[in-house]
Formats: sequence, C-alpha cells, structure tokens
Amino acid sequence: MRHLLSISDLSKDEAVLILDTAIEMARASDGPMKKLPTLRGRTIVNLFAEDSTRTRISFEAAAKRLSADVINFGAKGSSLSKGESLKDTALTLQAMGADAVIIRHGASGAPVRLADSAWMSGSVINAGDGTHEHPSQALLDAFTIRKHCTKSGGDLAGLRIGIVGDVLHSRVARSNVLLLSLLGANVTLIAPPTLLPFGVESWPVDISYDFDSVLPSLDAVMMLRVQQERMSDLFFPNAREYSRYFGLNRDRMLTMKPNSIVMHPGPMNRGLEITADVADSARSVIVEQVSNGVSVRMAILYLLLAGAPTQIGANS
Amino acid sequence: MSKSYILKGGSLPNGTKSDIAIKDGLISAIGTSLDANGSKIFDITNCVVLPGLVDLHTHLREPGREDSETVLSGSRAAVKGGFTAISAMANTSPVADTAGVVEQVFRLGQEAGLCDVFPVGAVTQGLEGEKLSEMGAMANSIARVRVFSDDGHCVSDPLVMRRALEYVKQFGGVIAQHAQEPRLTVGSQMNEGIVSAKLGLKGWPAIAEESIIARDVLIAEHVSSRLHICHVTTAGGVEIIRWAKARGIDVTAEVTPHHLLLTDDLASSYDPIYKVNPPLRTQKDVMALREALAEGIIDIVATDHAPHPAETKECEWQEASFGMLGLETALSIVMQTMVDTGLMKWEQVADRLSIAPARIGGYSDHGQEISVGKSAHLSVINPTASWRVDRDLVASRSRNTPFHGMEFPGVVTHTFFKGVKR
Amino acid sequence: MNAALSAEEISRALTRISHEILEKNGGSSNLTLLGIPTRGAHLASRIATIINSIDSSDVPVGTLDITLHRDDLRMRPPRALMPTLIPQAGIDGRDVILIDDVLFSGRTIRAALDALGEIGRPKSVQLAILVDRGHRELPIRADFVGKNIPTARTQNVKVNLSETDGEDEVLVSDGEDK
Repeated sequence: MRHLLSISDLSKDEAVLILDTAIEMARASDGPMKKLPTLRGRTIVNLFAEDSTRTRISFEAAAKRLSADVINFGAKGSSLSKGESLKDTALTLQAMGADAVIIRHGASGAPVRLADSAWMSGSVINAGDGTHEHPSQALLDAFTIRKHCTKSGGDLAGLRIGIVGDVLHSRVARSNVLLLSLLGANVTLIAPPTLLPFGVESWPVDISYDFDSVLPSLDAVMMLRVQQERMSDLFFPNAREYSRYFGLNRDRMLTMKPNSIVMHPGPMNRGLEITADVADSARSVIVEQVSNGVSVRMAILYLLLAGAPTQIGANS
Repeated sequence: MSKSYILKGGSLPNGTKSDIAIKDGLISAIGTSLDANGSKIFDITNCVVLPGLVDLHTHLREPGREDSETVLSGSRAAVKGGFTAISAMANTSPVADTAGVVEQVFRLGQEAGLCDVFPVGAVTQGLEGEKLSEMGAMANSIARVRVFSDDGHCVSDPLVMRRALEYVKQFGGVIAQHAQEPRLTVGSQMNEGIVSAKLGLKGWPAIAEESIIARDVLIAEHVSSRLHICHVTTAGGVEIIRWAKARGIDVTAEVTPHHLLLTDDLASSYDPIYKVNPPLRTQKDVMALREALAEGIIDIVATDHAPHPAETKECEWQEASFGMLGLETALSIVMQTMVDTGLMKWEQVADRLSIAPARIGGYSDHGQEISVGKSAHLSVINPTASWRVDRDLVASRSRNTPFHGMEFPGVVTHTFFKGVKR
Repeated sequence: MNAALSAEEISRALTRISHEILEKNGGSSNLTLLGIPTRGAHLASRIATIINSIDSSDVPVGTLDITLHRDDLRMRPPRALMPTLIPQAGIDGRDVILIDDVLFSGRTIRAALDALGEIGRPKSVQLAILVDRGHRELPIRADFVGKNIPTARTQNVKVNLSETDGEDEVLVSDGEDK
C-alpha cells in the first residue's frame, strides 16, 4: 500500500523525483498530448469532507488527464453531511473498489487514520487535513520556486524563502517547512508570536517578527491566508494593525530582490495579508501556482498509482 | 462453601513471609503453620498480599451510558484488577448531584456485591460550575458521600471553588478538583508541545493545569479546607503541590497509571486510543510524576478508568472521546514503573493504592494494615508472573485500553472482598 | 558476455540505416526523426547528423517518451519520466521515423504508436532499430534494422552508447534463471 500523507514520509530523492516528473507532466499537457492513458481503469475518489473548490478541481483535472475514473464525494448533500463516520465512508469506498482516495478533511490526521486502519486498502492522498499538512500544495509551491529561482532544477539549496502569517493554523506552512528545508532552502517564518506554534523553536527554520528586515533578502515570499475570525480569538488586535506589520503591500514589495517572487496558496484576503496591486504584479506567481498544481498532482498520482507497490511515500 | 480460607506461602507488603487466615469476613490469624481446621487453602507461594486496592477515581457510566459500562461490569473489572473499593465519578446522566442519584449508584454497587462502590457527588449542579449541588444531602444519604468532584470539568470559578471548599468542611468532605483552566484549553486535543505543533492538534498546555492547582492550594490554605487534586500530569504541578505541602496546606494529589507510563508522542499515530484528558505529557513529566509518587508528594494512584464505546474511538482524533480503561491494568503498571524501577517497595504500593486513597475518601473499612480483626479486603499479586493485555478479554464493557498487546509484570491472582474470593 | 556489435559495426549500421531511410523516402525533406529515450534518442540524433551530412539538410529530430503509454506499468515500480520533445513543425503529414535501440516484444513500439496518435497524424510511421533480437509479442516489424541477433528469451541484450555509457558496443549475456 502506498500513500502520500505527510511530507515527512518523503526522502529528498523522492521529492525531487516528484518535481522532475511534474516537469514532464507539464510538458505533456502543455503540448499536444492533453490526455494520457496511464491510469485507465483506475478509480480515484475525491473525498472532500471540507469545501475546497480549488484543490478538488486540481486533483480532478490531474486524474482525468491521466484517464482515471474520478468520483467526487463532497460534504454537502452527501452522507458525510448526515453524520456518517469516517469508518463507514471508508468501508463504502472500499466496497466500491476505489484504487485511491484523495481526502480533504477538517480533522488533523484523518488521512492517517484512513491509511492506517483496516477500513480500506487503496492509496490515500492527503489533500489537506485540519491544521496538519497539505503535501501536494507544498510540492506545487516547491515546483514553482524551483522553476523561477533555480537555473538547473535539482534542489533549492541556498535559496531564502519567507513564510508570512498564520503559521499556527496553516497546514500549507507545516508541509512547506518540511519540504523546503528537505530541499535545502533556508526558511524564515515571519509572524506575530501569537500565530506561531508552541515549540516552533524546534523546527528547522529561522523565526522573525520583523517582516521589513527579512524581506529584502528573500528569493520567494509566501503569504498565508489570515482568517478574519482569528481577530476575535485575540491573535492580533485588528486587521489594520496586522496589515501594517505583516501585510505585503507595494512599498514593501519595492524592497524585494530582483527576480524574487510573491506566492500565495489562495484563497487570498486582498487588502489584509496582501494588497491587490501586489497580488496582480509581475512578481506574483499566484495564478501560475494553480496551473503548476495540476502537473504536480499528475506526478503524484502517476508515482503512487501507475506502477507496482513500493514507491514514494509511506508504506504501511 | 467454606467461609474460612488460609492464604499460604505469600508475603505481607513489608516482605515478611506469612500465612493469612480469613474467617467470617475478617482476618482471623497471621503467622506460620496456621491450623487449617477445615479452611480452604490457597497456595500463594511467591505472591504478595496487599490490602484491597482502593480507586478514588472511576467512571462507571451508570446511570445513562450503560452501553459503555455498568456498576456491575465496572465492579468486575475492579475485582480483576485487585480493587475492593472504587469511587463512581459524578459525570453520569443524570449527574450525581442529588441524594437520589448517589443512593441509586450506591445500591447498584451493593447489589453487584463484588466490591464497595462509593459514589462521588458533583460539586455543582449539572457539573455546570455555577450553583452548588446538594452536597449535604448526599453526605447524609445512605451513600455517605465524602468526595465531591465535577471531574471532567474544572470548578473554574474561584468563588464557587472557595465556597465548595468551605461548605464540605461541615461533614468532613473533600473537593477533588479536575485542574484545567477552561479558557486556556478551548478545543484542546493533546499536550501542547513539539508533538502537537507537528501534528496540527490543538494544544492543552501544562500551565492550564498548574495555574488551577496554584490557585486552589492558596484558596484551600485561606479557608483551611481539604483539597484533592485529580490526575496530576505535569512536573510543574508536582512542584506546586510540593510547595503547598511544605507550607502545611491540606492538599492531596493523585496520578493515573497511564500518566506514569505513556507520553504524548503516541499521538503521532492519530489513534484516539491515546486521547485522554488531561493529556499524555512528555517523558520529563512522566519521570517527575514517578519521583513524586515515590516521595509521597503525590499521595495516591487513581485509575481515571474511563470506558467508551468503540464508535467514539474508531474515528478522527478530534472527534473522539477522551479517556481510557484503567482498572485491570493499574497494579501491573505501578509494578513496572515504580517497583521494578526500584522507586518503591510493596509497602509503599500498599499505601499509594489502598491505605492513602481510603483515608482521603473516608472509606474507613478499607485501606487497613493487614492485621488480625480487620475486614478481609485483600489483593494477591504474583510479581514473578507476567501477562499480555488483550482488549477482547477485558471485564469492562468497553475495550478502549491503550495497553492492548503490551506485556506487563504482576498478575492479580486473587481478590478477597469481605473475606470472600471474588 | 559476448560483444555482438563493436563500435565500428554500430557506426557502419547507422550509416547504412541512414542511407536506407533516405532511399526509401526519396530524400529527407519530409522526414521527422523521433528517438525513444534514453538510447533511442541518442541514436536518433546520430542518424540525423549522418542524414544531414549526406543530404545537406536539417532534418527535424525529437524525442518521444512512451512511459505514460506503457501497458506494463503495473508490473514494476514507475520510472522517472524522460523528456518528450516534438519538433516545432509537429508531425502532421510527416514521414516519422521512430528510432530505438532494441526491438524485442514490440510493446514499446505499440506504446509509441499510441503516443503518436495523441500528438498528430503523420503521413507514415517507420521504425528504425539498432538490434532486432526477435521474440515479438505483437504484429510489429522494423523497417530498418542494424543487425538481427537471434537470442534466447532469457538472454539480455545491452546497448552501450558513448553518450550514456562511455563507449559504443552491443553485449549479449546469459540472463539469470528466474
């Protein structure tokens, strides 16, 4: 059995293999070969217990370009919204013969539970679980950074990458910290102390509370979504103060290195963590991140599902 | 059936080899070459005889959740674990906040007849932390309640806690506090630390326990009342209790077997079998708790036996219930963590699992030194044997033991309650 | 292990194949060469060089990775993908020469034909191969063959090329019984 549950399941070579494979997938889908027969006859279930149009569509497009049969199983109107347990859902998917389940879930660890249980035997791909991880997002981010900030592919050694904002609640940040440092980049987390996890000192990153002092040295800056409700939970006083110190606006962007890029996993809060002119600027690769997402997810599906067992990711 | 027995070949907690004769519910003789005189003889060579174990913290789920445990099934689990007295926590449905409920639970315990079941009364009505429950009526009921606790919830309002501590003095009661500052633990899932940060599970910080312990020992000192701290889990909590005791504050404290053995990194599997409140902590905390128990800073081991049906554990971590079984494995875990490590002798085990909890709970018939004329509540353990926990073989109605498949030293071979083998 | 083809024999075979391609197609003007990575791609660029020198032309040459079209994907761990680089002009209406190092079961070529079908509609597809070792499992034959080497099914045929392996040679060895 093979899964992609956490970036921590990947070796550096495996991560690079995914990124290299994604290059060829991008080439194949950019060129004349829109549809590949690779996963013909495989059934992939998109199990999205939490709404996420962007990630679901990206995985669906990736699966369909590889000719897999895709079944969408969403929260609204499905048995999930009627309180069906994860176990019963998994047993159903097993009975339907799912070769893989791509799961988005509000509970941290739900994909691990699915993979480790005896409830189903297919591959499990974590498409974002609670505040834990979002491995495919980190892989597409690394793919995007590699494309813009390195000359020859390979790893990300020597690059300086900033992740700014609500690290505490961000599964994107957790996966990116693991992956970017695995690939040799220097990662700096930039956030008010309230939005950094307890024990973050043990992570392989630098910490800064001063965006302005770090920004000019970065090759890529990744802005995280800040949810409005965090204000009522006392994480920061108000949106204005947050934007003043941790938002990326035009003045701040002007201090960035030449050729450095601005990233955001989406969906954006324009005006809060990023201003509209920055999001739409030439430095912004935010739209490109979305299209890279399909290629990276094709690579993940190919490497997990196309061949015989023992590939990338956790074996269990 | 013969009502007189002789336990032959065992040792007393102090290590003295001695036979014990039981007659009509009492210990009738202690010594060597006791006259059999028609008694049934149990060969307990290599075994240690302890005064019957007393648990101050047990969830029996009846009334309300008889699918996960009943007074009868919990009594069976108790006897299997060597306990002759257990304390039924108040968070049942309905809550044990009136004389009617505690008398019902007490009677169910009498009917089961396997061990004594002492109901714990709720401190506040409905465990809501606002209005005091009728503690006087519970104390004067046939259940004679002396231990009051909102366990599962913290009595977080300092004024309510002060009044409760004062109020129970009139009948010699004790408030057993579940120390958990609620505002610091909204939605908390596991110990706040390196592991929770990695797993993306909301942290339950040690300070949420320590700040309540600190507050309550000061209140107890101010109003000269007796305070008991349930399930201490943190090294910091231990230090505060040490300070309070040195200052002469009347505080006692308990630790659970699972907090003496397990650590928060087990949550990495996201298997909610390890989800418990208060949560599993770090190895540093585990070592501090063991030392505190050996020293007597922590007075007793209490199980916090918390049965849950399968569906509340076969799910996502954050959806799962808090709690794990404890009665059947408690003594073995204490042996492994405290006796085999050289931290305690059997004499201290007798104190921490029987004598001290009986004293705190006011269970005067239990927790006696083994001597002639006392009630024959006895537990016999064979420390030279070992066993493997099998969740399918537990006496409890639920199977949520985190120790499934683990091998432990020490087999409880006999439990005598009121002079009868149960 | 026997050397079935030396470096010189390989060079001669490629020259002969180049001439045959030109002869059969009446020149190079409508040719597109596609090599199947890894070694087929190197052979394609060598053949292109030879054709260009004979014909003073600039024949389009590209690569076609067929991994995603294989029918035996489930039988082994997936491999890293190799580049597919189709020349700018595309393949519609062209005489496409597929080039690979060894022709064995024919399944690689079937996959290549499938892949070509996704890309466009060539006027013709022809197959050039350095070594044909027999044991076809599909009705596929080569139009241009460097050398026919009869082998047992259990034997291994290894084509070494200087680009990837340091020197040119074709080796036949006895496979291990499985």
